[in-house]
Parts: sequence; C-alpha cells; structure tokens
Amino acid sequence: MDVRILAKPRSGWRVPPNMPDYEAARASFSWEAAERALAGLPGGRGLNMAHEAVERHCLEGRGDHPALLWRGRRGERKVFTYAELSASTSRFAHVLAGLGVQPGERVFSLMGRIPELYLTALGTLKHRAVFCPLFSAFGPEPVRARLELGEGRVLVTTSALYRKKVASLRDSLPHLRHVLLVDEGGEPGTEALHDLLARAPDTYEIGPTSPEDMALLHFTSGTTGMPKGAIHVHRAVLVHYVTGRLALDLHPEDVFWCTADPGWVMGTSYGILSPLTHGVRSVVDEADFDAERWYRLLEEERVTVWYTAPTAVRMLMKAGDELPRRFDLSALRFIASVGEPLNPEAVLWAQRVLGLPIHDTWWQTETGGIMVSNYATLAIKPGSMGRPLPGVEAAIVRRQPGGGVRVLEAPGLEGELALRSGWPSMFRGYLYDEERYHKCFAGGWYLSGDLAWKDEDGYFWFVGRSDDVIKSMGHLIGPFEVESVLLEHPAVAEAAVIGRPDFLIGEVVKAFVSLKDGYAPDEALRRELLALARTRLGAVVAPKELEFQSSLPRTRSGKILRRLLKARELGLSEGDVSTLETPT
Amino acid sequence: MNRDELKQAVLDSLAAVAPEMNAAELRQDEPLREQLDLDSFDFLQALVELDRKLSVSIPESDYGRLTTLEACVDYLAGRLGEQVH
Repeated sequence: MDVRILAKPRSGWRVPPNMPDYEAARASFSWEAAERALAGLPGGRGLNMAHEAVERHCLEGRGDHPALLWRGRRGERKVFTYAELSASTSRFAHVLAGLGVQPGERVFSLMGRIPELYLTALGTLKHRAVFCPLFSAFGPEPVRARLELGEGRVLVTTSALYRKKVASLRDSLPHLRHVLLVDEGGEPGTEALHDLLARAPDTYEIGPTSPEDMALLHFTSGTTGMPKGAIHVHRAVLVHYVTGRLALDLHPEDVFWCTADPGWVMGTSYGILSPLTHGVRSVVDEADFDAERWYRLLEEERVTVWYTAPTAVRMLMKAGDELPRRFDLSALRFIASVGEPLNPEAVLWAQRVLGLPIHDTWWQTETGGIMVSNYATLAIKPGSMGRPLPGVEAAIVRRQPGGGVRVLEAPGLEGELALRSGWPSMFRGYLYDEERYHKCFAGGWYLSGDLAWKDEDGYFWFVGRSDDVIKSMGHLIGPFEVESVLLEHPAVAEAAVIGRPDFLIGEVVKAFVSLKDGYAPDEALRRELLALARTRLGAVVAPKELEFQSSLPRTRSGKILRRLLKARELGLSEGDVSTLETPT
Repeated sequence: MNRDELKQAVLDSLAAVAPEMNAAELRQDEPLREQLDLDSFDFLQALVELDRKLSVSIPESDYGRLTTLEACVDYLAGRLGEQVH
C-alpha cells in the first residue's frame, strides 16, 4: 500500500511536547502513576470531576486565569475566570441542593453553547448529581426518550426549546420534577434559573465522592432498540487529563478550542472537562459552523490547540484555500480531529494550507476519552487513526462462536477493534440495560463494533461499522429510532434507514419506505414524511433523503435487510441473497 | 426578478430541505438556521438548490452572509445585478 508518511521533526518545537517519545512513554506508563497528577478532594474525600476541572486551580492560586472564552452568536464576548466559574458552579450546586436533588440523580441540559450550559455541567458534578447533556437540535422524540430512560429529575433549558420540545411531554415524564429556564421564561411549571442562582451562596463544599460514583450519562445509539445511556464515573477525569496531555499536547498557557457541542460526548469530555483539568483557556463558540467565522475566531482568540471534526474540516476545504490566508493563524500549534475517519486528503490539505497536519483520533461514547490517536511527535500516516494511547491496549479481534474472541496478531487482517477492558474512563454500564452492556465484552476485551486493521508499524486503520449504526457528522444515529417515527405515519407500511456514504458528512441518513395499499408514492407524500421526521426527531437525526420502494427486502425470518439496501445504493454486489424473501 | 420573487425562490429552496416550514411564521431578520432547525448539511443543500433555481453561482466564501431571509434577498439582488423594486 502506498502511504505517504508525514514525519515529525525531532527538535525545533515552539513548546516542548509533553510526550517526546511515544514508545518510551508507552513502555513506562502506568495509570497509578498518572493518577498522582490529579489533586483529589481535600482531606482524602475522594475524586470529583468538578474539583479537578475548577476548584483545584483556585486552590493552587490560578483563580484569576481565564477558563472559558465565550463567543456569542451575535458577536458578544465574555471571559470567565476559574474563580468566577467556581462561584457560579457553587451557586448552581446549591440550587440543586435546595431543590432536594440527591447525589446520583440525573440533571439534563437542553440548550445551545451558552454559558449556562457549562455552569449546569460543572455545578451538577459538584453536587454529585449526574450530568446528562442533550443536543439542542434534537426533536421532541429523542428528548422524550432520553429524559424517560435517564429518569431526568431536573432539566435546564431555554424558554424557546422548552415550548417547542418539552412542554407537551411533561405529563409523560413523571420523574421530571424541575424545569429551570435560563431566561426570563415564565412558562407554567418552570422556574427561573437566574433567580435561584442569585439567592444561592457562591461557595460549596463538594461532598465525599467515590471515583466510581456515576458522573455523566451520555446517550448513544445501537442498531436495534432505543438509545442506550452510557454511564461514566468520576474516575474518567483521569483519562480526560491524560489524553489532554499526551494526545492533545495541552500546556497551561494554551488556548484550546474544541468545536463540538456538549450534546455529544466529545463536547463534554473535550469541550468542558479535559481543557479545564489542565487549567487552560477554553474557547466556546455559540454559533454554528461558518468557515470565515471560524478562521476569524482562531485568529482573534489566538487559538493554539484546536480539536475539530472531519465534516468541519471538509467544509473548510470546500470554502477554498484563499480564505485562511486572509487570517493570522500563527498561534495555532496543534490540530486534532475525531468523529469519523479523516480522509488522507484532509490531513494533507491542512499541512499545505494551514501549515500543520491534522491528527486524527479514535474513541467512542463508551470509551469516555481518546483511545487511539496520532501524536505531536509521532509520524502521521494520513488516513490512519494512529496508535493506542499509552495505558491502553488495542487489538484487532474476531468474535468466536460461544462468546470468546481470537486476537489477530498478524498485521493487515481485518477484524473488530477491541480494547483491553479496565481503562479508567471505560463506561460502567448502559443505564438499566445490563444485558446490552455485557454483550459489549468478551474474553476481557471491549468490542467497539468498529471494523479496522492494524499495519506492521502498529497503526490502526478504520474500515467501517460491524452493525447498521449510521455515522453522520460525527454522530451515531440508530436506524431503529428513525424508522419508528416513520412507521407512525398512516401511509407507511415498512421503513428502513441506512447511511449513504457522503464525502462531506461521512454518511447521509437515507430512508426507504414502502406504502400501504391506497397510498401513492408522490412528491407531496415524500415531503410530508420528511417533515414528520424532522419535526419529531430534529435535524441531526431525521433522514435527509427518502425513497419509496414497492417493498423492502427481508430475510426469511422477516428482518429487513438494511445491508442489502445499502449495497444496492452503492451499486455493489448484493452478496448472498439466498435468505431473501421473494416478493409475491 | 423583483424582491418578492427572490424571496419566494429562497423560501422554495428552504422548503425543499425543511418541508415542515411555515413560511408565514418565518421572521425576516432572524437567523434562518436557528428558526428552521437546519444543520450545516441542510443549509448547504438549500443553497445548492437556490443556486440551481436561480442559475446564480454563490461562492462558498459568501455563505456566511446568507444568514437571514432578508440577508439572502439582499445578497441575491446584488448578485443578480438587476434593478429590484
């Protein structure tokens, strides 16, 4: 295979890299030793994410250092220091205490990237409640399903989102006792967050926190069934810290920008926690993607380390090579990406146009943090996700009949990417779904569901998913959740949803629908179904394309063959169709 | 093409990606993406559709200017270089 390798210099770094030698770091790494870099709660009261992210910096005399550099949609700019973040998150923790919220109960957020989102996350962790972020772009159905499954006790949101997506669901959510609105709101059945914050004290002593206490609940999707709530514990902060240091090469004076929304795990692990554990300045942009705005923001905030996603990189490429030349991007030192594999052209484009390569990283909601990565000092093979983080053992395996796995040691063999179980940010369960959790493990390995191979130098290469989950703009979308909504329409007999490969966003959610007798497959109905899906699911989950078919292919046992629809879509051979039901 | 026709072309393009849209409720000077719940991909698709409908090439570097309904009409009027009333 012809691979262009981007070698790394051995000297001349602007800032000495945290990991000068990957092999040496890997050989000597231990999680026990790494944990000594964390502060721990004073008096040996345990380990709490919010203490590591905020309080320790205040106790260590860095309270005046900027923590969040917030940029509003309409050009506003606000800076929050670590001391300010400490005070406001303490107020939030007191608000939860005043509402009777107990440690372990779930506090959900549903809002854009506004300062209140960050108070909610960190204040919830301080109170030892569990933070569960929802995408503001979710429609009412994903919001309902997640609040119900997660038994959300408190929801923090805006009046507009509440009216649009939650108000009509209140009766079906008995666990949801308090809805706190971040604006004046005044909707019935809600409380004004800022009134409560104003009355609350600005210091809060974090109670004893076991490193194994539940801290975060992140929903993700599988092929079948409704979303799964992946449980993360306070100990995961060790991985947030270590990966910030080794994979993102964070130094205390860095300005870091993670472009992801905290509605998905990247935006929480790296948009909130990891940078704050390093005491750096973390940029938050409320606005949606816009190429010129992004370059301007990199220039104005003097961003040094930038963590973004392939879809965004490819949109920047589309915007042309001339645009970035109008901006001073000289502060930028390190660029990384996650979400779906970054194509080699994107890595090389960045090297050519921005003067820096992009370091792809691989991880999942279940892993809690970066597990396989490219590093500042390690040569990049463009298109590869890189090598395992020190402290993480990764392998290519094949599942065996009877439940075990066989590790494929020889390079070049395709199999499932697996991680030796037990790393600190490993998910500790799917909420109320022990069975699905256990299915993720075999023979001491976590099985990621991603197909990959390993080359002779130990670099891993992504091939595809082993299931029908769709990866679009870096988000996982479960086909079942989408199909369920389409099937609610009286005209729909069958629905199957696949990911159609797309250069820009990885995969486009595409629905195939067959109709009941008496309905005609016309443009008006096509739009009606798309509208239904968008209204119920929101833009990030709803199909972008919908095609009518007279019937959908099924196995003899009646299961719809999404893989066959996908193969047809790609013009590939349909493989073994012997188990197909012949249409009558 | 006058401003009303341009506006209708923009609305038609948006309706192609967000068919649930209620044009009557759309505020002229508020961000379209927020009002219509359009992600980056939807927004691109709408602009491609507009490009096709009006045969006006919209360079990607100008996408950032097409934030509101009003801004879209202003931009297109300028771009088409015609007398608009």
